[in-house]
Amino acid sequence: MEDKVVLLDFWPSSYGMRVRIALAEKGIKYEAREENLAEKSPLLLEMNPLHKMIPVLIHNGKPISESLILLQYIDEVWHHSSPLLPSDPYRRSQARFWADYIDKKIYSLGKRVWKEKGEKQEATKKEFIEGLRTIEGELGDKPYFGGEDFGFVDVVLIPLTSWFYSFEICGNFSIEAECPKLVGWARRCMERDSVSKSLPHPQKIYAFALELKQKYGL
Amino acid sequence: MAENDLKVLGAWPSPYVMRARIALNIKSLDYEFLEETFGSKSQLLLQSNPVHKKIPVLIHGDKPICESLVIVEYIDEVWASSPSILPSHPYDRATARFWASYIDEKWFPAMKGIAAAQAEEARKAAIEQVAEGLALLEDAFQKTSKGKDFFSGDKIGYLDIAFGCFLGWLRVTEKMNGIKFLDETKTPGLAKWAQKFCADAAVKDVMPETEKLAEVAKIITAKLRGAGAPPK
Repeated sequence: MEDKVVLLDFWPSSYGMRVRIALAEKGIKYEAREENLAEKSPLLLEMNPLHKMIPVLIHNGKPISESLILLQYIDEVWHHSSPLLPSDPYRRSQARFWADYIDKKIYSLGKRVWKEKGEKQEATKKEFIEGLRTIEGELGDKPYFGGEDFGFVDVVLIPLTSWFYSFEICGNFSIEAECPKLVGWARRCMERDSVSKSLPHPQKIYAFALELKQKYGL
Repeated sequence: MAENDLKVLGAWPSPYVMRARIALNIKSLDYEFLEETFGSKSQLLLQSNPVHKKIPVLIHGDKPICESLVIVEYIDEVWASSPSILPSHPYDRATARFWASYIDEKWFPAMKGIAAAQAEEARKAAIEQVAEGLALLEDAFQKTSKGKDFFSGDKIGYLDIAFGCFLGWLRVTEKMNGIKFLDETKTPGLAKWAQKFCADAAVKDVMPETEKLAEVAKIITAKLRGAGAPPK
């Protein structure tokens, strides 16, 4: 039986990029459908009625949403190729812990840092940099968060780096100056096809961010 | 024995701590329960969870595991023999994780919003949100239980634990606000499920008594409504 895989996505979404990378790592063929979030398709509303958000994976007609849950689903279904999570339960628990940390302390702050202004932005920036420093500490001297191999936590974090340029310009700071090891790791990840083909160019993201700023007066 | 050298850092009123304890009970695992003092954090907690400094922490041998749902999955994977906690099919696992995530990110914060509400309007709106969430969860229950007693089927599992741990607080909220969230007409499946869950062997000794929780609620509510930040 042939698998039918559809991904409802939105090109600048870091959450969507996670899924693109995972599917590419595993060599899974899928139909990519670009959503216009200002005008959500009936399919999106049907497949994710609760959150009405992308990414949504539709696997043989059945929807799965929430990017971290999606990554685990992909890893479990297509478990023969390129595992994302390690096999040891303790290392798996650590990977899940750090993925949760990245969402709560890094992605959530990143979303705000480019939109805010003045004192509020300064406070967000400070917290965001602290989050990046913490995760950089976790990386240590390893080539990837997974150790020698590119894995779950790498997939979870790398998409946000396509937004780093936008954060830096809008927030007036340098992420490389604050976290050089992390930027080194990002460059290493970009050498993988699955990553370089899934992440838009940072300039494209910045143009999109500026558009949104203008549109919503941010 | 080092293999099963287990400690849980926690506090009896915490629903998140309860998740870890229920999971250990399901697997019939002995553990040492180290109770944190309300309002202060032990050295062991600060050492074992330097990132968040929060309970629960499971310490297995010398390895700490943090975040309640990460702990539950860890327990299920290390002690992989039955009874299993996560469903076996990847799609069912994704569904269980989806609803657990909804409960943690949207539903429980709405419930906390009832206690934190400063004005009557806000309180009513929060109550409405919680009720709407329960309607969704009733629907999820009907779909995933497939006519059986629990979200997971015949025995309690991941989503039962993820949601059931909040039943004590739900009852306290009902009492303090003079409302009934779970009832036989609006949420028939959940009303029956709640009773069965609380009576389950893995749950009954770790589910706090509503009266005791109500005392703790009074202290927390005062803090939430006052100038102080919530304690956890």
